Formats: sequence, C-alpha cells, structure tokens
Amino acid sequence: MSTLNDALTRPEAWSGMLMGNHALARAMLEAGAQVMTTYPGSPTPEIAAALDAVPKDARRYYFEYSTNEKVALEVAAGASMNGHLSTVFFKSVGLNVASDSMIQLPLMGLEGGMVVVLGDDPGANSSQNEQDNRHFCRMSYMPMFEPATPAEAYEMYIEAARLAREQRTAVIVRMTTHVCHAKQVLNFGPLPAREPDWTPRFDPANGPYIPIAKTVHPLKRRALERLEAFAEKSDASRFNVILSPNGSAPLNGKRLGVISVAIPAYALLENLTQTEHSIDILKVGLSYPLPRNKIAKFLTDHDEVIIIEELDRVMETEIKAIAWEEGARCRIMSRTTLDELQGELDPNRTNDLLARHWPDLFEPEPQGSAGDQQLDVPPRLPQMCPGCGHRSAFHAIKAAIDEATITVGDIGCHSLGNQPPYDMGQMIYSMGASSGLAAGLSIGNDARKIIAFLGDSTMFHAGLPGLLSAMLYDHDFTLVLLENGTTAMTGHQPRPGSGEIGEKINLVAMFETFGVKLIKDVDSYAQAKLTAAIKEALDHKGFSVVIARHPCMLKFVRDQKKKIPGFKMPQVEIDQETCDRAMVCVEKFGCPSFTAHEDGSVSVHTDLCIGDGSCLPTCPVNAIGRPKPGAKK
Amino acid sequence: MKPMNIYLSGVGGQGIGLLTEILSRACLAAGHTVHGCDTHGLAQRGGTVVSHLRLGEAFHTPRVPAKKADLVIGLERLEALRAADLMLAPGKAVVYYDTMYQPIHVRMGRQPYPKNDVLKRVAKEKGARVERVFVDDLPDPRMQNVALLGRIAALGLIEGVSTQVVEDALREVIPEKALDSNLAVFWASGRAA
Repeated sequence: MSTLNDALTRPEAWSGMLMGNHALARAMLEAGAQVMTTYPGSPTPEIAAALDAVPKDARRYYFEYSTNEKVALEVAAGASMNGHLSTVFFKSVGLNVASDSMIQLPLMGLEGGMVVVLGDDPGANSSQNEQDNRHFCRMSYMPMFEPATPAEAYEMYIEAARLAREQRTAVIVRMTTHVCHAKQVLNFGPLPAREPDWTPRFDPANGPYIPIAKTVHPLKRRALERLEAFAEKSDASRFNVILSPNGSAPLNGKRLGVISVAIPAYALLENLTQTEHSIDILKVGLSYPLPRNKIAKFLTDHDEVIIIEELDRVMETEIKAIAWEEGARCRIMSRTTLDELQGELDPNRTNDLLARHWPDLFEPEPQGSAGDQQLDVPPRLPQMCPGCGHRSAFHAIKAAIDEATITVGDIGCHSLGNQPPYDMGQMIYSMGASSGLAAGLSIGNDARKIIAFLGDSTMFHAGLPGLLSAMLYDHDFTLVLLENGTTAMTGHQPRPGSGEIGEKINLVAMFETFGVKLIKDVDSYAQAKLTAAIKEALDHKGFSVVIARHPCMLKFVRDQKKKIPGFKMPQVEIDQETCDRAMVCVEKFGCPSFTAHEDGSVSVHTDLCIGDGSCLPTCPVNAIGRPKPGAKK
Repeated sequence: MKPMNIYLSGVGGQGIGLLTEILSRACLAAGHTVHGCDTHGLAQRGGTVVSHLRLGEAFHTPRVPAKKADLVIGLERLEALRAADLMLAPGKAVVYYDTMYQPIHVRMGRQPYPKNDVLKRVAKEKGARVERVFVDDLPDPRMQNVALLGRIAALGLIEGVSTQVVEDALREVIPEKALDSNLAVFWASGRAA
C-alpha cells in the first residue's frame, strides 16, 4: 500500500487519489517550501500528519508543531525574512490566536514569500463557531485564494507560493472543512531537483522591519500597493472563470448569471447540469482582491445575477459596490434569510436558493434542502473512549462537588465532560480560557465553589497566562489539569514537555515554581484519592491545582500494539449473580463498553472494552471483575 | 457509467475510513470518476461518523446531499437506520452490519434503542431493499467492514465493482499478515448473498 511518505517524496510526476490536506502537503514540497509550522486543529491536522510522515533524515524541509498558532506564524515569518519560502497552517479559530502577529505580516518584507493556510469550518463541524476568515484578508491587506476541490487546493497553493515569492509577501489559501477532507484523483508534478538553499539572507535593508511612528505609513502604503498589483492579477487569473455548462443564451428574454466561490460554485454547477438552463457561473478562486473588471463585465452582460457564497455576505457587499460604481443595471439577488447565512452549502441548498429567486426555472427540494431527520431515534454524540482517564476523573470529581459548584470547561477531549451523564464544564469558551473565566466567576463570590478544567496541551497553548494571573491574584478556585500527556483530540500530536519533543517538564515542579500553594497530583483511575484531593482543594481558600493524570488510552493501546504484536489487556466481566442492577457503571460512569439490556441486566461489549479496568471502583457491590487467570470464556 | 451516490455511516472507531478507502479504490479500478470525503476530528470519538462517495463525472462536490443516496452502507444498526432516514433516495438500497453499539441516551434509559423492524418499515416506505449482513464468530470486530464489502460486491450493488475488483483493493490495503483471515470473511459473506 502506498504510504503518505511515498505520496510526498516521489520525485517524479504521478497521479493518485488524495485528500485535500495531503495534496496541500505535496504542493508545499513541489513549490520548494522550506519551513512549515502549525498548531494542530481540525480541519487541518492531516497536512501535518503528511509532513510528519516523511522520516526526518529524508526531509528537505523543516517542520514543527509549535506551541500555538501565533508562535507557528512567527516561526514561519522569521524563516521567510531569512529568504526561505515558508507556510503556516491552522484551523479557523487558530487565526484569533495568531492575529496579533498575522496583522503585521503584509507590512513586512518577507523575502522568501509565505503562505498562510487557513482551515475554515463552515457548519462548525469541529469548531466552537463558523467564523468567516475572509474578513481578515480585508483587514490585513492579504490576498486570498479559495479552492473548491483538492485539485484546486494543490494548484492554488503552488500559485500562491509563486506570487508570495515574487511579491515578497504573504498570501492566504483559505480551505474549508470539506475541501480539506475531500478526496479525488489528482495529477501531481515533480519535486524540484535542486537542494534547498539554507543561506540566511535576512537584511534590515529589505525592511523597514520596525513599524513605529513615521515608518507605519510607508509600510502600509507598500502593502496597499502590493494589493493593487494583486488586483490586476485577479482579473487575469485562470482561477476566476466563467462556467457555462449549458451555453450562454438569454432565458425568457433575460440573461442570467450567478457569482459564486469555493464549494458552492460547484454545487451550482451540479444544479445547472441537471437542467438545460443557460445560466453562467462566474466562479471566483482568487477571491481577494476580487476580479473587479471581470465582475463589472459580468454584471453588465447579465440582467439578473445571484451572489451565492458560504457564511457571511463578504463578496456580495463588494460586488454591490462595484455595481454601484460601474452603474450596472443588473438586478442583484443574494442570500438574505438567517438560515441562508449559516452552515455549509451543498447542491440541495444551492438548488433551493436558485428556486427562491427563479421559481419559474427551479423547483425547491421536496422535503426541504436540509433533509431533517424524520424519525425519533436517539442521538449519538461523540464520547470519551473506553478507558479514557477523563471519564474516571469526572466520575470522581462529581462525587466531590455540590449542586451549586460552577464548573468551567475548556477545549480538548475533556470538553465532552459537558455531556450526560457527567454534565461538567458548564461553559466552553476558547483555548485556555477556563482560568480567566473562573477567576472572574470567583470575584465577590463566597457562596459557590468553582472548578476550572484545562488540558495539558491547551495549557501550554494559551492556558499559562490565565492560570498565572489567577495564581498572582490568588483567585479562589481549583484548576483541574486533565493531563493525558498528548494533544489527543486532534490525533496525538506531541505536547510540550511530554518528552516526545525536547525535555520533559515536571508539571508539579512547574506549579511549585510558580508559587501555587496547594498542588495535588493524582492518577485519574484512583477515584477515591481524586475525590479527596478535589474536596481538599475546594476547601482551600485561594488558587489551587489538582493534576488528574492518566495517559490517553487510545494512544497507549496503539503504542503498545506497535511494540508488542497482539497486545491486549484482559476485558472486564460482570458477575451476574453479584450484580444488583444499580446501573452505576452504565448510567453514571457511562463507559460505552457497557450494554444495558431490556431485562435490566448489564453486559460488557467485547468489541469495545479495552481491559483498562477504570470501571472497577465504580460498582457498589464489586460485581465488575477481571477474568480469573486460566479461566476460558 | 451511471452516476451513483453512496453514503456510509457508523460509529467512531469501527473503521469506516478503511472501508471507504477500499471501496473508493475499487470504484476507481472499475472505471468510475470518484469524489468523496470522510469525517475527521472530534466526531470520531464514539459519535456518528460518515463517509461520502460520489461516482460520476457530473459530480464536483464531495458530500452526498440529503435524500439523494443510491446506496446506504451502515456499519451499525442504529446508524443504518439514521442514515436511511436522512439520506436514502426512494427505491434504492441499504446494506448494514447487524451489530448494536448503544449511545449514551440509551444506556441511561432516556430513549430506547430502535427495534429491528423500524429499519424495515423505513425501507418499505421508501421502496428500498434492505440487506442484513452478519457473520458468526467473527475473529475481529474490525472485519465487519470486510463482511459488508463481500456482500456489496457479491450482490453487484455498484456498477463494475465485482468481487474480483474489491478483492484486488483488499490485497492493496490490508497488511499481509491479516490478509488471509480478512479474505475468508470477505468470501463467506459474499457466499451468503
């Protein structure tokens, strides 16, 4: 089977099926990118997985998981100032973390060129919002490409890298979830034959690199001038094209057109190919700056135009301004209802947009474009894996707190604690926010205890400033660090201090050095000890830390299987005679490995149990046990 | 070749990614133009996971629109039912592996796990064919996928995707040491068609 390593390192041109993220990684190597950085986050971590699949000694590039998106962006920017083509990639909300440095990028001379790959998430498939980062290129004067398919992601990256190098600047490639994860057959080019040039070429003369007072305006002028150059390129770009699947002719005496971008443009193409209507699509690919002249001509050439984009009305606003300035007499229609302004657009939804505006030509989907569930069947929410230390921790912590306790969640696998049966983590905000929120909740509050949860990778990402501040002001809450030793949710990328990259960090010693007065360090499986530790910490007046640690068991079992072929821990069993059907294991502990039967009995699902035994202390009558040695099932 | 929308659904951890990988290789080998995508990220953790495969030159987007699936492949009973309800076009087919993973609402007694006949009822309302796959004494639960593939190939549910074509794809993807046991399940499930 061909591996990711092969896909990235084959020197010759080849074709094969890859997902958008993997295609992007190949594009980086073909374009000669030398420094790639990221902080993992859906929908982009597979780019990193591909870059990381090449053995270190075979890499002609440098790749790192930085501690957060801002650092990742700075590392890539520094490399580019040294003359090396660089790329940083991260998820949509990662831009919020990176933005303090990102906003400065276009002001700087980036000698090697730089590409910023954003993984936006319309539909909020794996994010806390569906923010539209197309706004950011307008705020920072950065050009943007918007691919609709893996093939376009590959081609647009290479073009973005070429232009970034030529203009000594940074260019954005904005992916969306289902471009990142879409798969198709792609035709790749060869890898460059030349060895990368690592000469450090930083020269202050390429700047100024110090934006203060009187240099700010010249720097801004340079950024705006570059943007003007990109405006011309946008008009000439092969990525801004008119698609006319059924030819161009007036329909009922009117010339009709649609202006669209990214996946919705191809959803519309699918809609049109199912009809014979001659409607033109202006598909925008280099979307900022918009191809002004092409758009002006398109508006002039058509009597009615619908603008269809995903999420915010970003392109629409500018197109309407162009229409006004050009005196176009075209009737412009768009998405207007609150439903239309949310979520991903697929062919059902674009069809319904066409049907709303042109009811003579298109019929709405018979059952509604969203195709809502008709049946009343139980939902299946994501849940913590069998053996997850977080489950054990939540179960133990629940026994230590009262109803009035406020529990503050954070981002990571432990976010799932807010779901039944744990119901812990009553708010989730952004990466590392729990300490700050908890501090605010504690002010003037002697009546209700507060627990803040935080994961270990997230702590190093953006959690440290918040918890340090809480420590300095001795805010009265307990921080529970749910430590699993990895960045589990996004696929087990190394976290700082785990020992996988760099030195190990002793977390207890770290908190001691900070001056935290009460620190408890407990294995999450030791539930009674953890319950006692939480009680003691909550009774402590002021800031306290409880480390509830257990390795991510998904990673642990995978690692063991690699080391020991056939590795398996003995699954637990329920002694049906002892079981008094208290249902604690099923309903309160909630491990998915337990199956509840209609007769009230409980069994262990042998597909799921990993033999971790974290459930053993939860049974009030000790009916859960390990099989006796030698006993056969 | 006729365009076809295939929608796969299962529970995170069942190996839907591998199933889709094998199936998409087989579809490519059979001469189809293939677009597709898989669920990645948080939803993998025991939640509903789905994959989309779209065969045909008329498709340019990766996701099967609601109520447009020509074939629903369910790796688990409840997920087969959910997918059939949400995605299946009238007069088409559902193939599912008959296993049960209870979601938390069922384990907590908040909602019952749907009875077997609900899927039959939904399929009947849609004029769809239902094919149940189950293999006794499966050596490894991850082979449920291979059992599904065996049946889909034997029934010829996807144009050009014959038993031989899928077997070739299996040989490409499954590691050498696990190949014989997987092929045994693949053929046994196909014979039961």
